[in-house]
Amino acid sequence: MVVVFSDDEKLSLEMLSKGSELAKELGKKLTAVIIGKSDDTLANKYIAYGADKVVVAETDLGSFKAEEYTGILENIVKETNPEIVLIGSNKNGKELAPRLAAKLGTGCITDCTNLYVKDKKLTAERMVYSGNAIAVEQFTSKPSIVTVPSKVFEPLSKDEKRSGEVVKKKVDVEKVASKVLKVQEMQTGGVNVEDAEIIVSCGRGFKNKEDIKLIDELAEVLKGKTIGCSRPIAADLRWLSEDHWIGLSGHKVKPKLYIAVGISGQIQHIAGMRDSGVIVAINKDPEALIFKSADYGIVGDLYEVVPKLTNAVKEKMS
Amino acid sequence: MNIVVCAKQVVDVSEMKVDPSTKKPILQGVPQKISDIDKNAMEEAIKIKEKHGGKITVVTVGPSDAKERIKELLAMGADEGVLIPYPDKYDYHVVSSLLTGAIKKIGEYDIVLCGEASIDLFSGQVGPRLAGLLNIPQITYAQSVNAEKDKVVAERNMGDKMVTTESSYPVLITVTKEINEPRLPSLMQILGAANKPINEWSMESLISGKLDPIIETAELKGVPMERKNIVYQDDLDESVKKLVDSLAKEGVLR
Repeated sequence: MVVVFSDDEKLSLEMLSKGSELAKELGKKLTAVIIGKSDDTLANKYIAYGADKVVVAETDLGSFKAEEYTGILENIVKETNPEIVLIGSNKNGKELAPRLAAKLGTGCITDCTNLYVKDKKLTAERMVYSGNAIAVEQFTSKPSIVTVPSKVFEPLSKDEKRSGEVVKKKVDVEKVASKVLKVQEMQTGGVNVEDAEIIVSCGRGFKNKEDIKLIDELAEVLKGKTIGCSRPIAADLRWLSEDHWIGLSGHKVKPKLYIAVGISGQIQHIAGMRDSGVIVAINKDPEALIFKSADYGIVGDLYEVVPKLTNAVKEKMS
Repeated sequence: MNIVVCAKQVVDVSEMKVDPSTKKPILQGVPQKISDIDKNAMEEAIKIKEKHGGKITVVTVGPSDAKERIKELLAMGADEGVLIPYPDKYDYHVVSSLLTGAIKKIGEYDIVLCGEASIDLFSGQVGPRLAGLLNIPQITYAQSVNAEKDKVVAERNMGDKMVTTESSYPVLITVTKEINEPRLPSLMQILGAANKPINEWSMESLISGKLDPIIETAELKGVPMERKNIVYQDDLDESVKKLVDSLAKEGVLR
């Protein structure tokens, strides 16, 4: 059996696609797990997107807790003895999967960007050394636990005619000596860089927070309207909320056009945008690493280049 | 308060070069250092010790030259170091089993602190695995930690949410880079670190029976990055015009 779990519905759908491919190859069934309140609509949706079976573990646990979720999944794994467990690689999944692997004494590979069976072993690829290399790793233990980031796999198209079994069971969770006191939505700019077709990004080359309006204007004329940034802008200076952050520990994006303004091109940033269609770099340092990862570049002061570029694009498009 | 900090010696990825022909990373000759976020864990341990007193033990699974790196953490403020030499073959299962063995041998502990992930491989497995093996609560991605006498409250950066979690002791905490600014030890502290003990504990002394890896690295591949690399750097107006023309040809202007 192949098991898929994420508390993020979109990620679950993406993993169901890869999961059904792996299940077919192994001649096994695909099971999706839902933890929390019983949700028939969601269960049926998972079936329409490839699940043969949906296990709903009903619990009144208020919010995600790695310890309790590990316990629930550990029981499901022990009962069903799956070959592969796919877990969504959001932060919840990333703290859940290794704990589960430790409890089961099994292997775990996080943030896989490719997944296939080779020589009868589940093989996973992941970025290592800040995006400088890809490690190809193989499991020699069962179950193989893998975490998958969003946007790595495309969901299957919805098939309302698919049928599957929905199993509901109430689960008791073991008492744990920790509890969640508060969950606060992070302040976000309401952007979704992962779905954007055109992104203009800013980095340390910007001197003041107010200057970000320069790329706002450029994004606007490009009809992109989405702005991104490198780590320092979001994590250290906090000029933009973290939903703008593109990079290894931020969001991974693949727009048709990516314009990096005042970004030096640290490999961690490149790891987040390397799959973009066309990459443009604007930087005053001709030696900046970003030019090695760009299709087109302009060497110059962003405070001069960006307004000129904005005007030129406006003219070209009118 | 007894605190165990788990730290890893890693290659300095910012100094890493890629072989231009194979695109594979060159791992030989790259300077080694303590993984950045593990230093944040160390700093947080010192802050807790300053408040409550106690002892900080640093544990590393690594090559023998990692002793030099452990000295840096002793200079920062750890009281004692433990080095567990790398077995011939290892993975996260092996490393976290060894660390768990060491923590159990240390005996009494209130907090185990780790970085959220190491900067070389960035898997983020060791923290949650240790918590699982020790069967204690885990507080991951902590951005602020307030350790009180009988409980700890931490704010955790979970991406789109900030989650505040409370736990009694013992607890495992992983921290993010943003939690603090690791201190630089003074010359006196660096000299003083030479007198602090670093114990070497063998795998056999920590684990009974066999401990084999369950993940094998089949290959380390290069990352192809084929880009046009056309850079305009002469007259600015001319450069901008050329760029816009190129973008139009690429079909990305709508």
